[in-house]
Amino acid sequence: MPGISHPAVGISASQVQKIFANGTQAISSLNFSINPGEFVSILGPSGCGKSTLLRIIAGLDRPTSGEVQLKNDSNSPAISYVFQDAHLLPWRNVLRNTELPLELRGSAKADRRSRAMEILNQVGLGDFAAAYPSELSGGMRMRVSLARALITEPQLLLLDEPFAALDEITRQKLDELLRDLWHRRRMTTIFVTHSTAEAVFLANRAIVMTARPGKISLDHTITLPDERSSQLRASAEFAEQTGVLYAALEGKSR
Amino acid sequence: MNAKRILFRTLPPVAVLVLLAAALEFYVHARHVPRYLLSPPSQIIKTLTNEQTRKPLLIAFWNTTQAAGMGFLASAIVGLLLAVPMSASRWLRSAFLPYTIFFQTVPLVAIAPLLVIWMEPGIKAVAVSAFVVSVFPVITNTLTGFLSTDPALVDLFTLYRASALARFWKLRLPYALPQIFSGLRVSAGLSVIGAVVAEVLVGTIGNNEGLGVRIANANKNGQTDRLFAAVLLTSLLGLALFALVNAVSFAILRRWHASARDEN
Repeated sequence: MPGISHPAVGISASQVQKIFANGTQAISSLNFSINPGEFVSILGPSGCGKSTLLRIIAGLDRPTSGEVQLKNDSNSPAISYVFQDAHLLPWRNVLRNTELPLELRGSAKADRRSRAMEILNQVGLGDFAAAYPSELSGGMRMRVSLARALITEPQLLLLDEPFAALDEITRQKLDELLRDLWHRRRMTTIFVTHSTAEAVFLANRAIVMTARPGKISLDHTITLPDERSSQLRASAEFAEQTGVLYAALEGKSR
Repeated sequence: MNAKRILFRTLPPVAVLVLLAAALEFYVHARHVPRYLLSPPSQIIKTLTNEQTRKPLLIAFWNTTQAAGMGFLASAIVGLLLAVPMSASRWLRSAFLPYTIFFQTVPLVAIAPLLVIWMEPGIKAVAVSAFVVSVFPVITNTLTGFLSTDPALVDLFTLYRASALARFWKLRLPYALPQIFSGLRVSAGLSVIGAVVAEVLVGTIGNNEGLGVRIANANKNGQTDRLFAAVLLTSLLGLALFALVNAVSFAILRRWHASARDEN
């Protein structure tokens, strides 16, 4: 895989507010900016507007007021989105699910097939290209979902609690895979999660939000080495970092 | 399907049929039930195999098959063609959905004689009756299928800027297929009912006499064995149409849909 083929995207949000039709204020005047190539975790209790914020950044939803700007060289950056569940097309096998974004873009068949195989090998599913989603485990399905998101070589990768439904071991493995993929490609990545440990392990920066209305209560740079392995989880620094995030979560959700 | 599975699927219903027939046979003989009230299964089988009684029944079976088949096909095509634009537009939906209920509630008994007057007696009027009775489940099920597309996948297609055509062919239609097939399954049985009821009511005119005509005549003449034979053929026709839909559904959905799998 070549290194950085597209410049990553920077994001700046100013005074972003979202009020739903039923009057619920999901997000209240958020301001933040994210540098190109950053890996940011967004952490917070249920109902703090994390998912709404992610949808607004993706352009799938509009803020009630304020704006989110994506800053990059091209007008329409490649954005990929990973949902809480894999959301694969059940009538397509793994290979055809993976190539879908390129197919919708109109890429040539041979080209998108070889790209899909390449990316499936990277997520460890090279041998399962012909399998159907119903034949896979939850963790494998999520790997396919990741492969589908990465095949467009996104400049911005948005993940909405993608591993929340998986067991602990599978989740840690996928965290390591994702961190490794980011390390190689350096796309701007925003990862929404409930877990302080996951937020710390993955990201270089964590934003903690409070609920109703969603506001930023902590914007914290994670001071851990760039290369991360599973041993890191047992270290004192790791515990210290999760402690900081946990305190922010606790202090505000009272 | 392997041999074990075929056995598992066919043995229980066949066993039920044999047991019921045996019980009926026993009951009729033991209680000396008059033949004009209830025919023993052995008599019905004789009627179905005897050359003289068999021929008009088989001709009627073929005529009803054509009428019900045409009505069912029309339901499938018209139902799909109506449901697709209705699923795409909320306005069309609210404008037309109330009128599709007409098809569900229409009293065929009242309308079948009119259909015959409008279209002259014959297979066409019977097919239209079959259509009128069987189109509703195709419309509602197809509509439900198209409206229940996974919203996350709709978002995904939006994110990758998929064209309207790609959305339809690569997402909405395949997603709706299981629902469409369950509508077709219901519709298959209804089309047979619609055809036979229309025949019973009006089918005595003309030379395309179907099973409904056989049923009406047998009833009039107290030929209970012929009545039951015709009813049996009617059920067989319904079963055959149902099996046809199932076979197509299985062929298309078996790789990916839980509804097409029978692992348990």
